[in-house]
Amino acid sequence: MSKKVMFVDDSKTIREMLDFTLKGAGYETLQGEDGVDALQVLGDNKMDVIITDLNMPNMDGITLIKKLREHPVHRSTPILVLTTESQTEKKMEGKQAGATGWIVKPFTPDKLLATIDRVII
Amino acid sequence: MTDMDQFKRTYFEECGELLGDVESTLSEMRDAGATADGLNAVFRGVHTIKGGGGAFGFEDLVTFAHGYETLLDMLRDGRVDCTTEIVDLLLRANDIVAGLVGAAESGESLGEDYGADIKSKIEAAISGDAPSDAAASQVDVPQNASSADDGGIKTYIVEFIPNLDLLQNASEPLLLIRQLGSLGEIVSEVIADKVPSLDELNPEEVFLTWRFILKSDCSEEEIREVFEFVEDDCVLKISVDSEVVPEAAEDSEPEAVESTPAADVEPKVAQVKTAPPAGQAPTKAPAVSSMRVDLDKVDRMVNMVGELVITQAMIQEQLRNSTVEMSAELERGLEDLTHHTRELQESVMAIRAQPVKSVFARMPRLVRELSETLEKEVKIVTSGEDTEVDKTVVEQLGDPLMHMIRNSVDHGIEMPDDREAAGKPREGTVHLSAEHRSGRIVISIQDDGAGINRERVLGKAREKGLIGKNDVLSDEEIDNLIFHPGFSTAQTVSNVSGRGVGMDVVKQNIRNMGGRINIDNEPGQGTKFSLSLPLTLAVLDGMVIGVGEEIYILPLTNIIETLRPVEKDVNALVGCFDVLSIRGEYVPILYVRDVFGIKNAKQDITKSLVVLVETEDSKKIGLVVDEMLGQSQVVIKSLEANYQAIHGVSGATILGSGRVALILDVIGLSDLIGSQSDQKNLEKLVVTKSKSNDDIVAEDRTQVV
Amino acid sequence: MESVAEKVESGSSDDGEIHDSETLQFITFRVGEEEYGVDIMSVLEIKGWSETTRLPNSPEYMKGVINLRGVIVPIFDLRLRFSMGDTEVTKTHVVVIVSIEGRDVGILVDAVSDILTIYEHDIRPIPDVDESSRSEFLKGLVTVNERMVSLLDIEKLFHVGELENIEGIE
Repeated sequence: MSKKVMFVDDSKTIREMLDFTLKGAGYETLQGEDGVDALQVLGDNKMDVIITDLNMPNMDGITLIKKLREHPVHRSTPILVLTTESQTEKKMEGKQAGATGWIVKPFTPDKLLATIDRVII
Repeated sequence: MTDMDQFKRTYFEECGELLGDVESTLSEMRDAGATADGLNAVFRGVHTIKGGGGAFGFEDLVTFAHGYETLLDMLRDGRVDCTTEIVDLLLRANDIVAGLVGAAESGESLGEDYGADIKSKIEAAISGDAPSDAAASQVDVPQNASSADDGGIKTYIVEFIPNLDLLQNASEPLLLIRQLGSLGEIVSEVIADKVPSLDELNPEEVFLTWRFILKSDCSEEEIREVFEFVEDDCVLKISVDSEVVPEAAEDSEPEAVESTPAADVEPKVAQVKTAPPAGQAPTKAPAVSSMRVDLDKVDRMVNMVGELVITQAMIQEQLRNSTVEMSAELERGLEDLTHHTRELQESVMAIRAQPVKSVFARMPRLVRELSETLEKEVKIVTSGEDTEVDKTVVEQLGDPLMHMIRNSVDHGIEMPDDREAAGKPREGTVHLSAEHRSGRIVISIQDDGAGINRERVLGKAREKGLIGKNDVLSDEEIDNLIFHPGFSTAQTVSNVSGRGVGMDVVKQNIRNMGGRINIDNEPGQGTKFSLSLPLTLAVLDGMVIGVGEEIYILPLTNIIETLRPVEKDVNALVGCFDVLSIRGEYVPILYVRDVFGIKNAKQDITKSLVVLVETEDSKKIGLVVDEMLGQSQVVIKSLEANYQAIHGVSGATILGSGRVALILDVIGLSDLIGSQSDQKNLEKLVVTKSKSNDDIVAEDRTQVV
Repeated sequence: MESVAEKVESGSSDDGEIHDSETLQFITFRVGEEEYGVDIMSVLEIKGWSETTRLPNSPEYMKGVINLRGVIVPIFDLRLRFSMGDTEVTKTHVVVIVSIEGRDVGILVDAVSDILTIYEHDIRPIPDVDESSRSEFLKGLVTVNERMVSLLDIEKLFHVGELENIEGIE
């Protein structure tokens, strides 16, 4: 059974690229446009990893992570945050909220897949 | 198209949207002051543009956006004050980003110093206000610079002591070990002395400590990278064993490697702790959910619904005309079908409806730039941005609107000193608004400038020979002269409005969309242009008229009234055309049968009908037709798809009978006024002279238009 | 001229020495005494004559437009196009809908006669002596069972340039 990845980003470009890369690597994907959307789409579907942007309208990534960590199904799902190099403090904020790790933008497909590999069982 | 190209296309589309959003948010903040939400939204936009730009390697864009973003971040948390000057700087920065995005899209290079002035202003704003933070946030210094420069195999001793709550973030020690193992040969040792007795054991806490001996040619940095995500959740000690470890050493405890992970996986899986009530998080989502649909799919649906409307009308007509008695059920069913079809059509059209916001949002910047160029003080106020209209209309609205705003700022609003002298505020106002009015959208552009100087317009028109020396024109007619092709009233051709595209093109654009444009001119007080446009370009409410055996559709919006003329009211203007006197006003009339060459039409005008129609420029003409057959909403079909445009005809539709009916173009018809008299004379000649009149009729047509 | 072309159903050519040449299929139809063919690949459908809506200020051979499943399609009278007089349309008349450079147009003819399979090399050029305006709209001639079939070059016949010319007439 293929592994399931959900990614949440308000940028359609990023979503399309993630989708392409992940599907190409054999993952099943779910997408969300922001935190609210993600929670709705996700429901009780157990993911193998959830990737989220931090800066999003409606519900930002930090809040999303906190909500996921309180969620009975998703509380132990690895979460990676998408962040840019300049945001060292963002990585920490993500960690404090409960993220497992981070992916620094821009990333190559290899880097993305390697990072996912680091947190997925 | 490669996938990369596809992503890029998405990216540029997205950039377009984001830039527009950022622009309008900034414009709002400029007028109404900065808000936290606004700054957040702008930051997000720029951040996303930067992120995508990085993915595609648009270095210039990323570099510039980075500084821009840094400044925004500082504005967000109040390290820099958001003054009007700063907002102006942000707007300019946004322009640069737009330029860079455009350059990235077209693949051209803008040169190294593109936006350099703005960039240095941004840097000044950043460093001037908070130098240390800026520097800190820009560099992500590697934590440990001691690199393994000799490249040889070293033996590292890695001690990994996780905090109790390492698992809270779904970190998995097993994976860390696996990854560490991928760096070289590894021997691991588990220290389990802190593990409590089973009844005290919290399965979500980690009590184990690991010690690894790693033989690898990797750097210490690479080892730290493995623990990157858990750096703060553990104590990590890395040391290099200076002594060469004997080969035999690694044989000592190989089983430990195997057994450790398994032992650790277990507690993690067994999550029994009471969870918060299920369903708490995901249920309450207040946002409107939406989905993106390919426009082609929507259009296909619009077309199909159009067909359905026609089919429904056809069934109805066939049943009405059939001799079979309709049962009450059939009648009701038919009514329902009509009702549902109409509703379905409306819903489908609503999918294509978009607020005019996207077009309006482009205008503040235009006004800002223009007023700077012209050294005027102008502000733009917009209202009704949420008014919705078909996507096609929104798309086609941009250019004409831009020209009209440009016209208002350039020709309407006076120089600040002149305004002051006239007792007006130095700053002029352009009010752009949209609203729905009787099934159409009305967009008005109102300025409080000098209004149209009728003397000057008249002088110019005479000078250019647009009107005769002694023609007397009404105020309204004079105002409308500005729509005359090639008319430009600016005394010096400015590089703002004077570049070829005049108001005549604007009018043509609006006309092509089935719209009308009106001028409301109050010299000294300002000018108001009103555009009235159909909500959709796909359907039209029309009057069905008959001429001879032909059936035409006349758009309802053009019709003022219908009347049956009395002989004495119809007069021939010698050498010109016939006119009809209506309440003291003389209106030129056009015989549809003549301009369209229809046989068997009524010849006696007192038995015909005159439909009084109005063109956009408030020109009235009377169309002579045989009869009115009713009103109908029709689906507009193109003649040009398979054939070509026909003068006086804007398109075609399919009637309930399945037959094609042409939709009349009132403006096109009004252009034919005057030519018809020549044609009538010619036709008389033709008929008397010719045996095979087909050829000559064709010849005669060459002179009609 | 000997009969070199064969109808599909009458089997392969007797002399049959040339097989490397491409076979082509044409739909043939009658206009008066004459027989014409159009490339089968360009034919979308064949339908009975239905009343058209005349377009004002158009050439005579432009018979007007019809509704073909929601699309407005212009109908041209081939007889008038070739200056052979007006067609008195009846229910037996047929419209051949063809696609020319992305445009769908209908050609009004008297009746459809056959589907013709011929070898490309069987097409004979138009003799120079034929000076009628028709010849420029023909791709060539073939003889089938002693009848001569003129192969239409519909791209030229109702070429976009041709359509544009109509505008010039206005």
